Amino acid sequence: MASSVTASADRPSRPVGRRHGRRRRWTFDRISFFVVFIGIPLALFIIFVISPFVQAIYYSLTDWHGFTAGKNFVGWRNYRQLFHDSNFRKSVRNSIELGLVVPFVTIVLALTLSTFVTVGGSGAGRLGGLRRSNVYRVVSFFPYCIPAIVIGIIWSQVYDPGNGILNSVLTGIGLHRFENYAWLGDSSTAMPASMFAIIWGFVGFYMVLFIAAIRGVDADVFEAARIDGAGRMRTALSITIPLIRDTIQTAYIYLGIAALDSFVYMAALNPNGGPQNSTLTMSQDLFITAFKQGEYGYATAMGVMLAVVTLVFAALVFIVNYVTGGRDKGAKK
Amino acid sequence: MSTADTLGRTSSSTPVSKPSRKSPNRAVGVDAVAHTLLSLWSLLVLLPLLWVLLSSFKTSKEILADPLGWPKSFHWRNYVNAWNGSSVGHYFLNTVIVVGCSLVIVMALGAMCAYVLARFRFFGNRIIYYLMLSALTFPIFLAIVPLFFILKGFGVLNTLQGLIITYVAFALPFTVFFLHSFFKTLPTEVYEAAEVDGAGEWRTFFQVMLPMARPGMASVAIFNFLGLWNQFLLPVALNTNPDRYVLTQGMDAYQSQSGYAVDYGGLFAAVVITVLPVLVVYLIFQRQLRGNITTGAVK
Repeated sequence: MASSVTASADRPSRPVGRRHGRRRRWTFDRISFFVVFIGIPLALFIIFVISPFVQAIYYSLTDWHGFTAGKNFVGWRNYRQLFHDSNFRKSVRNSIELGLVVPFVTIVLALTLSTFVTVGGSGAGRLGGLRRSNVYRVVSFFPYCIPAIVIGIIWSQVYDPGNGILNSVLTGIGLHRFENYAWLGDSSTAMPASMFAIIWGFVGFYMVLFIAAIRGVDADVFEAARIDGAGRMRTALSITIPLIRDTIQTAYIYLGIAALDSFVYMAALNPNGGPQNSTLTMSQDLFITAFKQGEYGYATAMGVMLAVVTLVFAALVFIVNYVTGGRDKGAKK
Repeated sequence: MSTADTLGRTSSSTPVSKPSRKSPNRAVGVDAVAHTLLSLWSLLVLLPLLWVLLSSFKTSKEILADPLGWPKSFHWRNYVNAWNGSSVGHYFLNTVIVVGCSLVIVMALGAMCAYVLARFRFFGNRIIYYLMLSALTFPIFLAIVPLFFILKGFGVLNTLQGLIITYVAFALPFTVFFLHSFFKTLPTEVYEAAEVDGAGEWRTFFQVMLPMARPGMASVAIFNFLGLWNQFLLPVALNTNPDRYVLTQGMDAYQSQSGYAVDYGGLFAAVVITVLPVLVVYLIFQRQLRGNITTGAVK
């Protein structure tokens, strides 16, 4: 049985098969099938996804201004200019800050909440989980259903100096120095406030993801830990987290990519980069440079830098996970 | 084995009967902490949303005078103003057209591509697969400027068709990546049976394989729907004609414009109009969505 399955797995592609002689011939059915099934998606993918990425690298080496005249090859000039562009350097710092803080805080929060949902419940057994916890899961997921731009709009209203709910609540409980305080207009609070809005939007989704991952772990493992006398905290730190390590890694990379971008949120919270450019991100700088100033060559150089930062970030997450994970596996042997 | 199982399963309901070193009181304490923290977070999620809902029924004057107050009378006019006057209704229609068409096309093309990549071996198969995978990690920002000129070259810049094609192309890698693993798990015997019965490749796919992939298709479609409905960068860069704005763009324009006109009530109403349909769809399908995530993780 098992052998027949493995043998048949690659049969469709194998040119020989006595019973299926009809199949291996290139009939109209088969040719049209391949042309449509792989040709059309691939053509779309190459024209609209791959080719722009490749072209971007070339554009970044030109002084192209878009509509007028042609483009001249200028080599690394755009990149050299980027290093002396104080706005861009500020935006790189801001993006990296976002890429470090947002994923970390989101994952810690999501892990804590999902641990409470799964490992809670009377008795140290894991199987029960926290009772009546479904409502938390559903409510926490709400922000994921809200467009990022609308999350930005909601929070820019929440933070509004005069008629925002945050200042009304704070002054309502007696903190009068927050009357008309501009959370997004002060360079010291603009970034943390923006980060909080972004984290608010992400936590629920990752909480649901982690709950699913934890429920997927073999229940016997938790049972064994319980019998060995491990408490809840211990179980969460030394059993749950190592076992769902891969899910956490994936989450970290996705969150990092999203946070390094952050364009949408910032478009609503502080469209022009905030006070003293304190919330200007690389993506915003790129967008303004390209579509407002028409400096396409220079803007794509920024895009290449953004891609480089993103790939370095992903590589770092892999390396960290590999180093710590490798040690774990060695210890188990 | 079986005793351990029953012990584990009953433990949550009868904490005293099993050999736990923790007293039941302490377990109740942990539960209380868990409920408190989870409620706090839920409150933090709900409060801004409820405030937006409440504010959407107030006049701009009321909002400015007392941001926390209850509306004197429910001011439904905000919704009428947002829907007609600020053309949120028009943006809504554009979004439905763009997202609807893109979703159908990307699910069809994605399923076809994933099926071929998962079930047939040919030269370049792995290359295509890894190319799609790498496209998932590259920031769209890198592609956005050349994309602008590609669409211009095809004459579809600032049109809904152009936006649909772009949506399909950029949702394709995700769709293929997830459906690929799904098609891999389908039993080969069914394919063999269809083959013996004389079905061609087309019929085998549409009448046998695709219906079997329905659970996987459903969850990928939900995620694609949310992703496309919320898409912002692509329309903002590639679809700048205000007549063809999608909802996210329209909301952004509405906010920056209302900074001067100060129609706060209308803005809040527009937010509710944008959020409510998706939230309702989520509440209806959340059970199914959870089931799919969980079974995917268990496997």
